[in-house]
Amino acid sequence: MIDTLRLTAEQAAHLIRDREITGVELWEAYRRAIDERDPELHCFLHVCDDPGGDGVPLAVKDVIGTRGIPTTAGSKMLEHYVPVYDATVVTRAKAGHGLRVLGKTNTDEFAMGSSTENSAYGPTRNPWDPTRVPGGSGGGSAAAVSAGLAPWALGSDTGGSIKQPSALCGNVGLRPTYGTVSRYGVVAFASSLDQVGPVAKNVRDCAFLYSVLAGRDPCDSTTVELPSPVQLPDRDSLAGVRVGIPTEFNEHEAIEPGVRAAVQRAIELCSELGAEVGECSLPLSLDYGLPCYYLIAPAEASSNLARYDGVRYGYRTPDAGDRLEMYTRSRDEGLGDEPKRRILVGTYALSAGYYDAYYGQAQKVRTMLAREHAAAFERFDVLLSPTSPSVAFELGAKTADPLAMYLSDLLTIPSCMAGLPGLNVPCGLSDGLPVGLQLIGPQFSENRLFEVGYALETAIGFDPVPERYR
Amino acid sequence: MAEISRDQLLHVAALARLELRDDELERLGAQLNDIIAAVSKVAELDLSDVPPTSHPLDVVNVWAEDEPRPSLPVEEALANAPQRDGAYFKVPPGGTS
Repeated sequence: MIDTLRLTAEQAAHLIRDREITGVELWEAYRRAIDERDPELHCFLHVCDDPGGDGVPLAVKDVIGTRGIPTTAGSKMLEHYVPVYDATVVTRAKAGHGLRVLGKTNTDEFAMGSSTENSAYGPTRNPWDPTRVPGGSGGGSAAAVSAGLAPWALGSDTGGSIKQPSALCGNVGLRPTYGTVSRYGVVAFASSLDQVGPVAKNVRDCAFLYSVLAGRDPCDSTTVELPSPVQLPDRDSLAGVRVGIPTEFNEHEAIEPGVRAAVQRAIELCSELGAEVGECSLPLSLDYGLPCYYLIAPAEASSNLARYDGVRYGYRTPDAGDRLEMYTRSRDEGLGDEPKRRILVGTYALSAGYYDAYYGQAQKVRTMLAREHAAAFERFDVLLSPTSPSVAFELGAKTADPLAMYLSDLLTIPSCMAGLPGLNVPCGLSDGLPVGLQLIGPQFSENRLFEVGYALETAIGFDPVPERYR
Repeated sequence: MAEISRDQLLHVAALARLELRDDELERLGAQLNDIIAAVSKVAELDLSDVPPTSHPLDVVNVWAEDEPRPSLPVEEALANAPQRDGAYFKVPPGGTS
């Protein structure tokens, strides 16, 4: 009997290599888990047939294009869209280690949201407590991994859509350094921010999947080669590592006491493991990161989403009288509230007379956020703070108030603006719900993040299986 | 921060090629005002000497060799078309722009 709740991808690969289980048995184990638990959780928008082979199954967020497999981006606009080519990350996953696409996971529409409630196909529920959200936008991928419906998954992250759901579901998620993973074939949201990254049960699986994804892609001119190969972490000590604690990111009033307490214990563990721990300050990042993001991301989104015009693919209104009406009504009927809000904000911020005050000013703020982080990295190797100010919140709690929802990403957004990598590592429970910490490093410091994450994960001993399934 | 008027909202929606129903105009308009008010915080900083960042990496002018490669067959390129006419995407006539 394969226990998909506990089996890591590394263990699964070893079981197959040692011929203790077959590829078919492994696939069937995940399909059974999906049949059993997904009717309640709704992690998957589409479940695939076994393509054959011995590769470890992989869940893929539904903003990532998969040849011959529907890719909706959580939107009615792409309800019947079936890509005619694979995203490069999918090609790499298939080619490198024969990974098999298990299914497509639920997401906020066009990856815009922090709870997966903006999906046009209904919300995903948190496996630790199905009355609560899994975070977002990649709630489907994170919940699937935590519920044992997939050993690992691909997510995408613009302002926190990998790290925040991993925090709320209690697993490990990496937002890679901007430019290290191809976006070719991925539904675009905000192109100066979008990154694809891995979600896994533990740091080693996360690092391994990153090694499969990362590297320059001739089809995405924003990608670069990694300066050094990915190393799987195996060191328990943090001797010689300088860990910075950004004061504002650890003491902000929005951070729940239970979250703060769990992260504080992890900070103490860093010292016990031999790290040199000190405080630092990122005041502009916390005060101006969110407003900066909610100008730049919508501005880019308003441009990227202009492609949904009902002409070449996607939804078209059935009975438009002329072409202009076809554009405007297809977009009104095909898009949900959150994409519309962001298109409107973005179009406003880019429009004549407002461009300099909003978009131009936000780009300058972005420079300041990068400088502030760079100064901190003169003294520290990694920065540590809570990933999310709160544990998983109840479904419906923030759906009527977009600004309250946006605050969920308060702590993840600033490093995204600076193009920095971030790793979520579970660090305990608060009221029975997972708490995650984020490790932020300079660009291309993924190996260091894995090293620190692995040592902390080992010392913390967090049990990633939701209590209700044990 | 001045409120965004209904006319301004209609103008922005037209620029974005979004037809908004009356209920949407009211709901989204109110939310848009709240959001714009919140993000206007960026104006507090004097950043006249700071260069803008449009992209987080220092990658410029990435060229590729200009070599022909196989492209999608017409049938695949049109596979997701809402409406087609032979090898063309078909759209309704007329309308400005």
